[in-house]
Amino acid sequence: MENPSPANPAINTPAMLSVSSSPHRHSGENTAYIMQDVLIALIPAALMSVVYFGWRSALLIGLCTGTCVLTEYICRRIMKRKQTISDFSAAVTGVLLAFNLPPTLNPIFAVLGSVFAIAVVKQMFGGIGMNFVNPALAARIFLLISFPSHMSKWSLPFFYMSSNASTDVVSTATPLAQMSSGKLATSTLDLFIGMHGGCLGETCALALLLGGFYLLLRRVITPHIPLAFIGTVAVIALIAGQNPVAHVLSGGVMLGAIFMATDYTTCPVNKTGRIIYGIGCGVITMTIRLFGALPEGVSYSIVLMNILTPHIEALTQSSPFGSEVKRSGK
Amino acid sequence: MDTSNIKDSRESVVNDLGLPKKPFRTHGGVHVDHMKNTAEFDSEELSTPKRVIVSMQQHIGAACEPIVKKGDKVTVGQLIADSDSFMCAPIHSGVSGEVTAIGTIIMPNGAEIKTIEIESDGEQTVCPDIEPPVVTNADELYSAVRKSGLVGLGGAGFPVSIKLNFSSDKNVDTLIINGAECEPYLTADYREMMESPEDIVEGTRFVMETLGLKRAIIGIEGNKPAAIKKLGEIVRERSLDERMCVLKLGTSYPHGAEKVLIKACTNRAVPVGKIPADAGCVVLNSTSVSFIAKYMRTGMPLVTKRITVDGSAINEPKNVIAPIGTLISDIAEFCGGFRQEPKKVLMGGPMMGTALYTLDYPIIKQNNGLIFMGEKEADDVKPSDCIRCGRCVAACPMLLTPVNIQHFVEKRDVQGLNELCVMSCMECGCCAFSCPARRPLVQYLRMAKSIVKSGR
Repeated sequence: MENPSPANPAINTPAMLSVSSSPHRHSGENTAYIMQDVLIALIPAALMSVVYFGWRSALLIGLCTGTCVLTEYICRRIMKRKQTISDFSAAVTGVLLAFNLPPTLNPIFAVLGSVFAIAVVKQMFGGIGMNFVNPALAARIFLLISFPSHMSKWSLPFFYMSSNASTDVVSTATPLAQMSSGKLATSTLDLFIGMHGGCLGETCALALLLGGFYLLLRRVITPHIPLAFIGTVAVIALIAGQNPVAHVLSGGVMLGAIFMATDYTTCPVNKTGRIIYGIGCGVITMTIRLFGALPEGVSYSIVLMNILTPHIEALTQSSPFGSEVKRSGK
Repeated sequence: MDTSNIKDSRESVVNDLGLPKKPFRTHGGVHVDHMKNTAEFDSEELSTPKRVIVSMQQHIGAACEPIVKKGDKVTVGQLIADSDSFMCAPIHSGVSGEVTAIGTIIMPNGAEIKTIEIESDGEQTVCPDIEPPVVTNADELYSAVRKSGLVGLGGAGFPVSIKLNFSSDKNVDTLIINGAECEPYLTADYREMMESPEDIVEGTRFVMETLGLKRAIIGIEGNKPAAIKKLGEIVRERSLDERMCVLKLGTSYPHGAEKVLIKACTNRAVPVGKIPADAGCVVLNSTSVSFIAKYMRTGMPLVTKRITVDGSAINEPKNVIAPIGTLISDIAEFCGGFRQEPKKVLMGGPMMGTALYTLDYPIIKQNNGLIFMGEKEADDVKPSDCIRCGRCVAACPMLLTPVNIQHFVEKRDVQGLNELCVMSCMECGCCAFSCPARRPLVQYLRMAKSIVKSGR
């Protein structure tokens, strides 16, 4: 029996072959896996914040995450764009925003901040990968400027267990406020494990470091930015004659260096750029802490460096392999 | 010369010539599953196919013109197509029989090319003109290699004669033999190393000495310890180890890319837009150099090719030696047909291979793999938005910035693309491989290059 078909009749020839550009293999990585890894890395710090600050902490984290995801869904729906909530990036923004809020904040402000982060900072600029500053940090700064008194009410860990917790919140000075008033009253160990006042996710350096190691291990982040950021803070503190360990462990340095400054969209893509960016974050943070009117400068430093990112990238653009020869030789 | 003296000071001789003991660091790269399923199978020869379709474009450069016509009788090794162009390799028949048509075929890139269709008589009568060439100097080597029709067998298909024909003011001193075979699945070069190791060493020695080069480095990826051992032993047995060494390379992809290989072997960088000779190197594939040794012995031009047949859709993965022009459908049949319907068929490896639109397509000289991918393996996931993670930047062996290049392509910004040196891209696929958003970065790079070339 002769088959008129051109291909070999002895094998079952496919009706249609798919063609595409090489490569035809893929590492299997995808955006959702990366964001899930970030969420996993945030779990230790989230747990510690619930331990230290109680149900208010859990409420704020849940509320911010929920609002961020819902806002993203509605925005994409209104703009008639492909849904992106399944990439978990909105959830990451929500958790990070919650981590940057005081534990006793009125939930209405948390909702407001979440809507601002996603609708204004992220989606109005084109969604994932397009925002020019970190949405969570921009939202924190928005809240800080709009409602300064609400945003700087700090409470001690375990305040919810004390007898007068029902009447009002025990307010405390953060270690940074203590430092700028000249007397640090928190021990290094307390700083490390988070036994002090502060934003709900930033206090426990130990938990943040655990998350950071997980991200490094999973190759979600590279060590350049956290090391450059933390290193710069320590060196400047040392030069200024202050306690470098206290500076690194207090305020938002750990949270900022590990989770906020390493946000892909708003940091440089190459190694040199990332180091410069990390140093810049450290310098601005310490400038604000040492000379500014505010006790803390991590949020501002990262947002300012976010804005500089395109310029850092342009300046650190690597020349292609083989171009050095051209320059040095004749 | 007192040989015992050299042996005593071998250490310093080695150092003087710069034979490396360890590979030098290379940029970027990714870790790809090796999947060398066919590594330990002996190659099998495909019994003469009934019909071959010989493409006139089996090399980079000008296409050949058929010099036979319909009805002509041809024999194995007979010249059937040639060109006057410099960038060209002549084509010989792999079967004996009758030319049934001078036709055309659409290549995967969309271009139409002439073909010579030959119906085999099954006799495999060898062309009477075939005799070993006499080569005593570089010029004779150049013309002999050109006559043999040899192209770079690693996959790119650059006419080998041109690689050997560098001008003397380039100070070329090093011959590098590419045995990296870094593409997943492919084991054709490995089988050459295991089945004809003497030919590889002899070919390397011959080319090195004829061209008057100082040293030769055979670079083999560390995932092929048996080949490294075998070739190393032969080099030592033949006392060639003063000028020649077998270098164990790292196993990251793409160690077999010419510029990456030169960096790993010599720590030299090929200047942007230049050729290996500008870095003082000639790079030949291990199978190519083995072919040169065989050609010097027998005079039989390049008429067959070893091809790794693998992938989730094929029944019996194996290495097949087939005449050039054999149809892919015949090779699939030879390998037991399909286990499942192939969704994507690749000519070459999965990282740089070309997806074919039909099985009714002939194999060509530089073909080293045929990968039949089933439904699941060929699954194409839709790209999502770039998250600027920088993985493509870290993966690029040429230190380019694919993340920014894609935006310039969308804007058709010629100047921007020039500043990003897109012409340096060798399309190795590391960027797209590592992209979590599945951006088609290699396609963007190809578009970038064509925008730069055309200027708009």
